[in-house]
Amino acid sequence: MTSNSFAYNEHSGGGEATELGQEATSTISPSGAFGLFSSDLKKNEDLKQMLESNKDSAKLDAMKRIVGMIAKGKNASELFPAVVKNVASKNIEIKKLVYVYLVRYAEEQQDLALLSISTFQRALKDPNQLIRASALRVLSSIRVPIIVPIMMLAIKEASADLSPYVRKNAAHAIQKLYSLDPEQKEMLIEVIEKLLKDKSTLVAGSVVMAFEEVCPDRIDLIHKNYRKLCNLLVDVEEWGQVVIIHMLTRYARTQFVSPWKEDDGLEDHEKNFYESDEEKTDRKKRTYAMDPDHRLLIRNTKPLLQSRNAAVVMAVAQLYWHIAPKSEAGIISKSLVRLLRSNREVQYIVLQNIATMSIQRKGMFEPYLKSFYVRSTDPTMIKTLKLEILTNLANEANISTLLREFQTYVKSQDKQFAAATIQTIGRCATNILEVTDTCLNGLVCLLSNKDEIVVAESVVVIKKLLQMQPAQHGEIIKHMAKLLDSITVPVARASILWLIGENCERVPKIAPDVLRKMAKSFTTEDDLVKLQILNLGAKLYLTNSKQTKLLTQYILNLGKYDQNYDIRDRTRFIRQLIVPNEKSGALSKYAKKIFLAQKPAPVLESPFKDRDHFQLGTLSHILNTKANGYLELSDWPEVAPDPSVRNVEVIELAKERTPSGKAKKENPPKKFYSESEEEEDSSDSSSDSESESGSESGEQDEEGDSSGDSSEDSSSGSGSGSGSESAVNKRTAKRSSKTKEKGDSDDEEKENEKSETSESSSAESSSIEDSSSESESGSESESKSRKVTKEKEKNTKQDRNPVTKGVSLLDLDDFNPVPTPVVRPTTALSPSLIADLEGLNLSTSSSVISVSTPVFVPGKTHMLLHRMSGKGLAAHYLFSRQPCIFGSKMVSVQITLNNTTDRKIENIHIGEKKLPIGMEMHVFNPIESLEPEGSITVSVGIDFCDSTQTASFQLCTKDDCFSVNIQPPVGELLLPVTMSEKDFKKEQACLSALHLLSKPR
Amino acid sequence: MIHSLFLINCSGDIFLEKHWKSVVSQSVCDYFFEAQEKAADVENVPPVISTPHHYLISIYRDKLFFVSVIQTEVPPLFVIEFLHRVADTFQDYFGECSEAAIKDNVVIVYELLEEMLDNGFPLATESNILKELIKPPTILRSVVNSITGSSNVGDTLPTGQLSNIPWRRAGVKYTNNEAYFDVVEEIDAIIDKSGSTVFAEIQGVIDACIKLSGMPDLSLSFMNPRLLDDVSFHPCIRFKRWESERVLSFIPPDGNFRLISYRVSSQNLVAIPVYVKHSISFKENSSCGRFDITIGPKQNMGKTIEGITVTVHMPKVVLNMNLTPTQGSYTFDPVTKVLTWDVGKITPQKLPSLKGLINLQSGAPKPEENPSLNIQFKIQQLAISGLKVNRLDMYGEKYKPFKGVKYVTKAGKFQVRT
Repeated sequence: MTSNSFAYNEHSGGGEATELGQEATSTISPSGAFGLFSSDLKKNEDLKQMLESNKDSAKLDAMKRIVGMIAKGKNASELFPAVVKNVASKNIEIKKLVYVYLVRYAEEQQDLALLSISTFQRALKDPNQLIRASALRVLSSIRVPIIVPIMMLAIKEASADLSPYVRKNAAHAIQKLYSLDPEQKEMLIEVIEKLLKDKSTLVAGSVVMAFEEVCPDRIDLIHKNYRKLCNLLVDVEEWGQVVIIHMLTRYARTQFVSPWKEDDGLEDHEKNFYESDEEKTDRKKRTYAMDPDHRLLIRNTKPLLQSRNAAVVMAVAQLYWHIAPKSEAGIISKSLVRLLRSNREVQYIVLQNIATMSIQRKGMFEPYLKSFYVRSTDPTMIKTLKLEILTNLANEANISTLLREFQTYVKSQDKQFAAATIQTIGRCATNILEVTDTCLNGLVCLLSNKDEIVVAESVVVIKKLLQMQPAQHGEIIKHMAKLLDSITVPVARASILWLIGENCERVPKIAPDVLRKMAKSFTTEDDLVKLQILNLGAKLYLTNSKQTKLLTQYILNLGKYDQNYDIRDRTRFIRQLIVPNEKSGALSKYAKKIFLAQKPAPVLESPFKDRDHFQLGTLSHILNTKANGYLELSDWPEVAPDPSVRNVEVIELAKERTPSGKAKKENPPKKFYSESEEEEDSSDSSSDSESESGSESGEQDEEGDSSGDSSEDSSSGSGSGSGSESAVNKRTAKRSSKTKEKGDSDDEEKENEKSETSESSSAESSSIEDSSSESESGSESESKSRKVTKEKEKNTKQDRNPVTKGVSLLDLDDFNPVPTPVVRPTTALSPSLIADLEGLNLSTSSSVISVSTPVFVPGKTHMLLHRMSGKGLAAHYLFSRQPCIFGSKMVSVQITLNNTTDRKIENIHIGEKKLPIGMEMHVFNPIESLEPEGSITVSVGIDFCDSTQTASFQLCTKDDCFSVNIQPPVGELLLPVTMSEKDFKKEQACLSALHLLSKPR
Repeated sequence: MIHSLFLINCSGDIFLEKHWKSVVSQSVCDYFFEAQEKAADVENVPPVISTPHHYLISIYRDKLFFVSVIQTEVPPLFVIEFLHRVADTFQDYFGECSEAAIKDNVVIVYELLEEMLDNGFPLATESNILKELIKPPTILRSVVNSITGSSNVGDTLPTGQLSNIPWRRAGVKYTNNEAYFDVVEEIDAIIDKSGSTVFAEIQGVIDACIKLSGMPDLSLSFMNPRLLDDVSFHPCIRFKRWESERVLSFIPPDGNFRLISYRVSSQNLVAIPVYVKHSISFKENSSCGRFDITIGPKQNMGKTIEGITVTVHMPKVVLNMNLTPTQGSYTFDPVTKVLTWDVGKITPQKLPSLKGLINLQSGAPKPEENPSLNIQFKIQQLAISGLKVNRLDMYGEKYKPFKGVKYVTKAGKFQVRT
């Protein structure tokens, strides 16, 4: 055979190798004499030749066939030398298939595998990033311990590669190297640390995966990257999201205090409320204020609930479950219910998780009760899970609907499911006392069912129910006694016997008769039943020995010679206990007490009861056992570890966070175009810092500067948070306004980008929540800053007005809220002037509430009219947080109008107003015309009547009218005031409701 | 994470295996076969099985089991979702996800699996990236390849892999620029014996087929976006825009994809387009029963209901059925006991009905519950929730695309208890 094919080869010379292969196989089949073994050998022989040929097509063909063999699980290892030669092939497809082969067999043929290493080392330097990456992939996958140092070197180099794709592969390689040689851990952690700092979304998921595998306990590596990861999360690919969310859940559980605890130390809290120094940390223990970083995580994961990937949705759901305040976790139920439309595997997992959740927090899934109704086409495992959830959700209100639904289920053709339903009815009956009798009656009806499984299950459940209710149920017991004749399922028979034994005094006539029947059939019964017959006999012997003495002894004799040792054992035990003789000691006196003791009723519990100690969404939770590598979710710490560890480099920020009295309140304007997370941070921390009355003068200058700078922030809609309001309104306002503002302004930002840069690629970055996109695309930020300067010019004109008025303030009465007519919060002078005033106030009188300027005003603008719906006219509004010039009760709102069309928009004015009763609005003067690309800022005053009602009005141009509305966040309705600590406490004492507001909800 | 993958067909043959870490012996699948045997029904094989050294997570798709071997803790949905993505990719590449297709294209399958997962962690699952790395097989291409010797494997990193929008590749060009949207709504309902609705809900999806050149930026708005209660998005959709304006704004992937799926808020009453009159009875102590169902239109908004199919899983004791339909045709499979009645269209003048006798196994007790009817139907040009697309705008490109929206309402899990 071999010679034959060789000969053929010589004939055809460089003939088509494919043909050769086919020829060879076809010639094999007739020669059955050689048997299977030789034909296999033969095949490989010609594959070798094809691999050695100098034609790429032949090689490719051979490789394809070899891959086919690998796929089928056949051994192709003997071709190793021939294959490995082709590792340097120029043809990319051959190369890839060789890689596949190498990865599969290198472990078995380590020496030969070394031949390929130099090729990879060369490829690691290739200019093509795909080749570099795949070389690293294969090199790290071949699991040959000798090359560990080479791998280490390659990983180190790749982790600094310019291409994020290569860095991603480096992150994967870390895990491979670690599993090959755990000794390298320390070095690998260094690489992980480096890669964690990477800002590419491509790398983030993979490196966190590596972190989880190599050093999940090194939580300290995460601190500095925490905010970055939170902010990048939306843009990471979906698989990375899952891993990151799981890791961050664990992180949050170690770093933040529990948002679940109720605040009980109200008194202490009151005392310390205004003392910002040392007490601050102290206070934290008592009143709960969510760490802004904690909030950041919860907020940034929320959009992912909308992901199409079930794993991501589940990951977010478990994050909310484990770390969000209980009041906020409700939003996950909707998304989880949505997943139930998915395929059965997803349903199975999601239902298991819902089952666990629904035990603890019923309310979450109650609105979706009907989504768990069972369809006859569901697989049994899904049906039983749904049933489980329905049981958990059952309460007084819905039980009647549910029982009707259960009635349908009981009749199901799927008997296993019908049995489960009966169990469920039993559980509902014990949990909800009102329906216990109804359920019991229903179950008794089922006893006459034709199906034995149903009857048996009913018997078992009835037994449990009766045990719980010591009331008289003689009738039911009699009925069940009759069933003994017909029913054959051992568990059911045993249950009936037990029940009769337990209640033998209530059915004195029937019990001995049952025993008589059982004695007859004793030998043919199941072991389970036999044990119960023995018990019944014993109980009757004790209560009614006259009638049953002989019967019992007969049964005991039968039991003595039974095959099963359990039964022999039990027989011996019972005989010693109940039949009085000389040897039996003190115990037999108590026999009756032992046998007929009051037994505690069984508790019918959900099998999902104890699952919640596993993190939801994990494999361990599904299996209800600890899986390999399961990382325990720690309990919340009593005291939050130092939150400043998450601050990134910039030193001022760290200072700001430290709760010292000298905390600087400057807005960090310089950082606007730098890191997004810093931006985030600064806004959060600055709202934390308390405004101090004492050190005013020193700081005013800074404030002046910073607020001047902050105009940049506000006009370009950057991510600075809510301004630091003064102490009174701070707590209340912060939470409510911030979230909303943030979202809106991001949107607004996006709009700006769109209108200014026609590049659609830059518009894409709008999905990024932070401003990191700005730093990347230079053109964009340029255009923005241009706009900023334009607006500034405009502002300076308007600013003159306020300055003069600011001076006149001196004449006004202290007690009145000062109407400071500041149009922009950005004026260079007026804040400091007012601040001076404050200083005066404070030094002279103590019982004065003086209006202070907001130290800085958030740059958050809200969308009033989108350019698309406004036919090119766009409008944004901003709460300037300045006392309104139009009236003391009014809130001043600045509206920025933009013309995005290519023609003039004329006569912009406010048309019809639809205000709720009591509300007033001061409109701006009609604008005659707005040039193309032009923008103008006008200011209006609205009296919201201290409510969050919406002010609706029409924004009109010459040709059109657009209905728009403004709804103020609560915080914007408050007046910023400065007062001394003493005054504050006084005021606070009068306002008991304030505590309620400031308490975490 | 994912250690190995085995593909198993219905008869229990392992016809493909792929390992991403050390090789795991095929014998691990024995645990799976054991579970399969215990479950009796393929649908009931538990997706997660624990074995002494490994965990098996499996999905069942198109008569194939995808069994993955896991060694350490991993979110099970992660694996399940990934396996479905693998099956989707096969479907996408070979037109079907079947044993034959996979065996025929074993090399491409292997190349795909190699690209999709590295060391058990997903690397590239976006179909547009994969298609640049490994070209899908077409007859034309295989001819060209055999002549020119070019390969199916791309040699540069797909642009999508590095960009912010991995779902779209650069340089797409079409002569006819088209954007089509299919709004497909499904009614899930359980109707009880008396014809009242126990549970009804509308689930919808918008599938898009976008063939537009360049980098178009689309925004799709609805007349009544408040209808959408719970929405899940393709990653291309800008979440913020939706939150603030209820507008779907996105740079679309090239080709066919699912833009959103949604649920219509449960407050709205769901119109049920059909009703069923039924009387199914089994006589006591006799080996036959009567079967009579009639279908009629109800709240169909003046549209024709078509493509009606009724499927009934009859009880085990049913031997055969002798029925006469006034319209369409029926089949009864005596092995699986499934009755299928293909009705077609409803004409209100003459309502379709199916009447006749049921033959039961003699001596067996009569079934206590009547089987439930599963109904399929389709209504063209109607979104039952009333959802309407308002307009589609395109930015970023100069040309005028051709746009189209189609509405279809279908029965989802529509079950009538009898």
